[in-house]
Amino acid sequence: MKTSAMSKRKSKESGGANGECISQTFRNKVSELNLQRNCKLETFSCLKVQKLLRERFCHHYATGKLFGMDHQYRHLLELLKRTIVHGESNSALIIGPRGSGKTALLKHVLKEVKEMKQVRENFLEVHLNGLLQTNDKTALKEITRQLHLENVVGDKVFGSFAENLAFLLEALRKGDRTSSCPVLFILDEFDLFVHHKNQTLLYNLFDISQSAQTPVTVIGLTCRQDILELLEKRVKSRFSHRQIYLLNSFDFKQYIRIFKEKLSLPAKYPDEAFAQKWNNNIQHLSEDKTVQDTLQKLFHYSKDLRSLHLLLMLALSNVTVHHPLITASDLHEASKQYRMDSRANIVHGLSVLEICLIIAMKHLNDVYEGEPFNFQMVYNEFQKFVQRKAHCMYNFEKPVVMKAFEHLLQLELVKPIERPSVRTQREYLLMKLLLDNNQIMDALQVYPNCPTDIKQWAASSLSWL
Amino acid sequence: MNTRQQSKIIYSWYGKPMSSDRKLRTLQYKGIIIKSEKSRTETCIQLGEFILVEGENADQPFVAQLLDLYEDGAQEKHAVVQWFCHATEIPRNKQKLLKREISPQEVFFDQVSGYDTDIAVETIIKSVTVIPLRLGEELPVTLNKQQTFYVKQSWDGKCFKALSPDTFSKLKEATKKGGGIPNSSNSLTPLDIVSPLKKETEGVVQSVTKQKNVDLEIESKHSASKSSLAKERHSQRMANGIKTPTARKKLQLNSPTRSLKGRLLGSDVLELFDYDCGAVAPLEPSPTKRKVKFSGILGSPPKMPCTKPKATSFDTAEHRQRLSDTIRLSPYSKVDDSSEKAKNLSRKDNTVFSVRLRERQRQSLVLAPHSRRLCAQKTSARIAEQVSILNALELDQEEDFLALSDSSYSLSSNEVENDVVCTPEKKAKSSRTFSTPKSSRKSSVHTPSKTPKKTPSPGKPKTPQNATPEIPRRNHAAQKPASILEEARLRLHVSAVPESLPCREEEFQDIYNFVESKLIDGTGGCMYISGVPGTGKTATVHEVIRSLQQAAENDDLPSFQFIEINGMKLTDPHQAYVQILELDLLWTRKQNVMYNLFDWPTQKHSKLIILAIANTMDLPERIMMNRVASRLGLTRMSFQPYTYKQLQQIISSRLNSVKAFEEDAIQLVSRKVAALSGDARRCLDICRRATEICEFASRKRTSEIVKMAHVTEAIDEMFSSPYVNAIRNASLHEQIFLKAVLAEFRRAGVEEATVQQIYLQHVALCRIEGMQSPTVSEIMAICSRLGACRLLLVESSDKYLHMRVRLNISQDDVTYALKDE
Repeated sequence: MKTSAMSKRKSKESGGANGECISQTFRNKVSELNLQRNCKLETFSCLKVQKLLRERFCHHYATGKLFGMDHQYRHLLELLKRTIVHGESNSALIIGPRGSGKTALLKHVLKEVKEMKQVRENFLEVHLNGLLQTNDKTALKEITRQLHLENVVGDKVFGSFAENLAFLLEALRKGDRTSSCPVLFILDEFDLFVHHKNQTLLYNLFDISQSAQTPVTVIGLTCRQDILELLEKRVKSRFSHRQIYLLNSFDFKQYIRIFKEKLSLPAKYPDEAFAQKWNNNIQHLSEDKTVQDTLQKLFHYSKDLRSLHLLLMLALSNVTVHHPLITASDLHEASKQYRMDSRANIVHGLSVLEICLIIAMKHLNDVYEGEPFNFQMVYNEFQKFVQRKAHCMYNFEKPVVMKAFEHLLQLELVKPIERPSVRTQREYLLMKLLLDNNQIMDALQVYPNCPTDIKQWAASSLSWL
Repeated sequence: MNTRQQSKIIYSWYGKPMSSDRKLRTLQYKGIIIKSEKSRTETCIQLGEFILVEGENADQPFVAQLLDLYEDGAQEKHAVVQWFCHATEIPRNKQKLLKREISPQEVFFDQVSGYDTDIAVETIIKSVTVIPLRLGEELPVTLNKQQTFYVKQSWDGKCFKALSPDTFSKLKEATKKGGGIPNSSNSLTPLDIVSPLKKETEGVVQSVTKQKNVDLEIESKHSASKSSLAKERHSQRMANGIKTPTARKKLQLNSPTRSLKGRLLGSDVLELFDYDCGAVAPLEPSPTKRKVKFSGILGSPPKMPCTKPKATSFDTAEHRQRLSDTIRLSPYSKVDDSSEKAKNLSRKDNTVFSVRLRERQRQSLVLAPHSRRLCAQKTSARIAEQVSILNALELDQEEDFLALSDSSYSLSSNEVENDVVCTPEKKAKSSRTFSTPKSSRKSSVHTPSKTPKKTPSPGKPKTPQNATPEIPRRNHAAQKPASILEEARLRLHVSAVPESLPCREEEFQDIYNFVESKLIDGTGGCMYISGVPGTGKTATVHEVIRSLQQAAENDDLPSFQFIEINGMKLTDPHQAYVQILELDLLWTRKQNVMYNLFDWPTQKHSKLIILAIANTMDLPERIMMNRVASRLGLTRMSFQPYTYKQLQQIISSRLNSVKAFEEDAIQLVSRKVAALSGDARRCLDICRRATEICEFASRKRTSEIVKMAHVTEAIDEMFSSPYVNAIRNASLHEQIFLKAVLAEFRRAGVEEATVQQIYLQHVALCRIEGMQSPTVSEIMAICSRLGACRLLLVESSDKYLHMRVRLNISQDDVTYALKDE
């Protein structure tokens, strides 16, 4: 719209110009306009692609494909189908490290199950999360609420814990395999339910799944590998011991494929030409040596797909109109940014005095083998250095040094090992340094305008000799 | 009594005394005149006429024939009646004997000998018509439905019989005689015109019941007849009601909404009330609905009656009664006046009240006292003092009533409630009132029910509405198993109830004999059953109870009640009081609950048998205090884990004839499980999983039988340690981190290290491998990831580098997992 309006105005302008030049100018203008339009289009697609991919990276589940979990997918799907179609009660645990796609798997399965004809509207879902339902009482109320049992008024559930439990058990007891609507219990952060008193909720849920009552399937999601050891013996006995493990068991080749999959635009993307261009670029990227190196590092560091999402997100934010395609260097930069050490970053922003104090602490650590120190010791160490190098270092007053020290305390680069009390003077409070020598040295390397003397001092406490 | 009532309703004799009995000092009359001052009408009821008698529920007055009228030495007016019973008074299961629909207008000639036929005349409401019919005859259509009843058969507590020709003709005669009297009693009902204060007293006092044992010693506590207990209850109730006004706040009146067929009588009475209180009739939501809606919480403190004078018109008799009845109900106990008149016939001194201790029965049941007029009168003086308070309370209720007028509440008769009360599992036999020392609730006296009922009791929590616990029905029918494997899976599900319990025959016999002998001796006792999970403890006990119930039904054994309490299904041990599952969870500091429970059977007259089930064999010694343990007695039984042969037999018996497993496969499962735990549940689960695996595999090829390979896969799936796999699938740096942990442990000789130490090891390892070493941030992330999986145990992360780390698995496992790569 804007373009056309602009062109009208411009054509008017050109209309008012000298007649001889008209055709020439007009031609120029048109080509200019075409360029502009192309540019706009490009911008448009760019933003759209960014939006699309960002959504893909941010909403982890139920979008896109699942990778390397076909077996688990089929297992869970069959399990749910049997519950819903045959009314068979079951219980299962989905176990895998964080970011391994437990929730995504479940959502995909549920999505497929819901699309089945004989399933539609034929089962009830109850979602619980161990972080939200912190005890059995709230969990029960939530179950009752989600099942819309008759003791629910509006959104409120009335009655005491005992009453709610009895009511729910009674409701489930009355059902039977063939006539009642199956109920699906999904317990997210399953390990937190284990810590509830007596594991009453789990016992009852598993007990129902093992007795001829309303068909239920209890699915727990957890990242703890030792989950079975946490169950009480009678609860454990009632659990059917179906465990679905998700372990990110793909190798690097598959990882590259996932990378491609994640960045590719879908086939039915509206702007086909751009999509083609984009996808070709991604294909090239995946074959690029530096990109592979970057990915390999990330892969070695973590197989969690969320970390890949984060990396790609950083790279994607570099995409602009003038830089419409992701390049290898984008990824490299993103990776650098991603792997940056957070504490070392803080050190970059410190004043020279504060850096000096940290170096003093480092030396104290070296000398006393990690024993805690106090401000007075640090100050003494610093004084020694200043006296030696009096020509290049301004000697600060003690209160100023103290102020700098307290700033470090606030940044949590140093941590007191005991709580500050009224009795002990601040100077003598015992501290520990929360930085490793490597971190300090790395930070100094990149510290802008660091005096050479200080660098030398950092490298060795005996540098003055 | 007479003088007290003279202000409004006057009962006076019709004519001169016909005869007198010197010995008993009674004077007989031939009729009674009921005169109401307000409506200035008079009704005369003569001997032989049919009458309505006020019962425990005003909507369900009893029908009777007036046989005799007399005045005793204390100037009390009495009437002797022949009872008729409504269909609703007959237990449900007995109703089925009729094999036909029972019209609400139909009554039965009551030949149950146990009921007291002596009533106070003040309980007579009005006269009605009862027409005898032949068995095959249809009920004639009459307009005056509330006033006419039909009798076809007699009921003697066990079966229905056709009316004998003698009775029939007598009834016929009486009907003709009564027919001559105009039915003007609508305007004559005595109750409604009484002043609020008066009515209050009456409502409490004037409930008459059909009593058994016409016995002058009825008030003695030894004959635990309805009336004496009722009186006891009654006075207690009144006392409680007044003394603990706060208790009422929790109370709520709920009762199941049921179709009110057969309640026409009730509506009759209600309508009458409305009629007489015409001024306030609009307050009643729908008088003709035959339902009085009432559900509310007595929340606010009593208000003065004068604030709402109109509302008093609501105090119908049962309203008052309900109020007073519910006052003493505690939230978790259910006090039910079981008026199973018919059932109780066979026993002389049976008991009336059954208290349900099960936690899930929270519905406040309405206690309908069958108080005898005579006894009730004695309490009337005390009651009178308290009437004003009750009156005030009533007002509160009425306010709620109006507010919640659309939630339905039906006045349910005892008979209906009784259905509700009976649980599928009841067990406890006693014929005395006990009160457990610690519980404030009324302890139970269980009515020996003739038949163990199969209807499950819907636990009714106090909810604002009459909520029924129910899961919606499914939309599509569940599919039937289509293949052999599906069939097998169904049979192998733990929930499937097997026809018999193999391999537990001995234990079954032991428990059966124990309970049977106690039942026959009529004594109480305890048995402690222990065993690891999944060894069939609960299943065996249930099986025993099932066969005992069968035996009781065949009259081979005395009848009994079965009550099941599962410690895991309770939230508070105090809610539990007969058969205990998961006993170790009922442990409280003072162990009151268990003490009371186990003390019970040792009481002299108790007939309580307790079967306690727990996992730990030495629970009595370990955590129970001596006084509890000693009461548990010496009868112990422990269930040994199943051997592989037994497991094999269990699977085979469940599979029965379905040929889905190879013999060897079953044996493999059995041996594996027997070696690990002997848990039958596990065994069945593995088999079930194996069928799934088999089914999945056979989609490609067609082998329809579970083989060794499938079973092995299922076992591996369930028993393999997850750690090794988790480590093998971890990322490279995670693995290096674990190696660094091992290296640090080896270096320091302590199985604990800080992240800083491990970091240094990690960097060193990376240098050896020629890799770029991760930053500290990355190391921290790796550490917390491994911590989340619980491969490592880590401290809270605010210590950063000084966080201490430990392995959650053995070092050997880690080495093994890492080496294989």
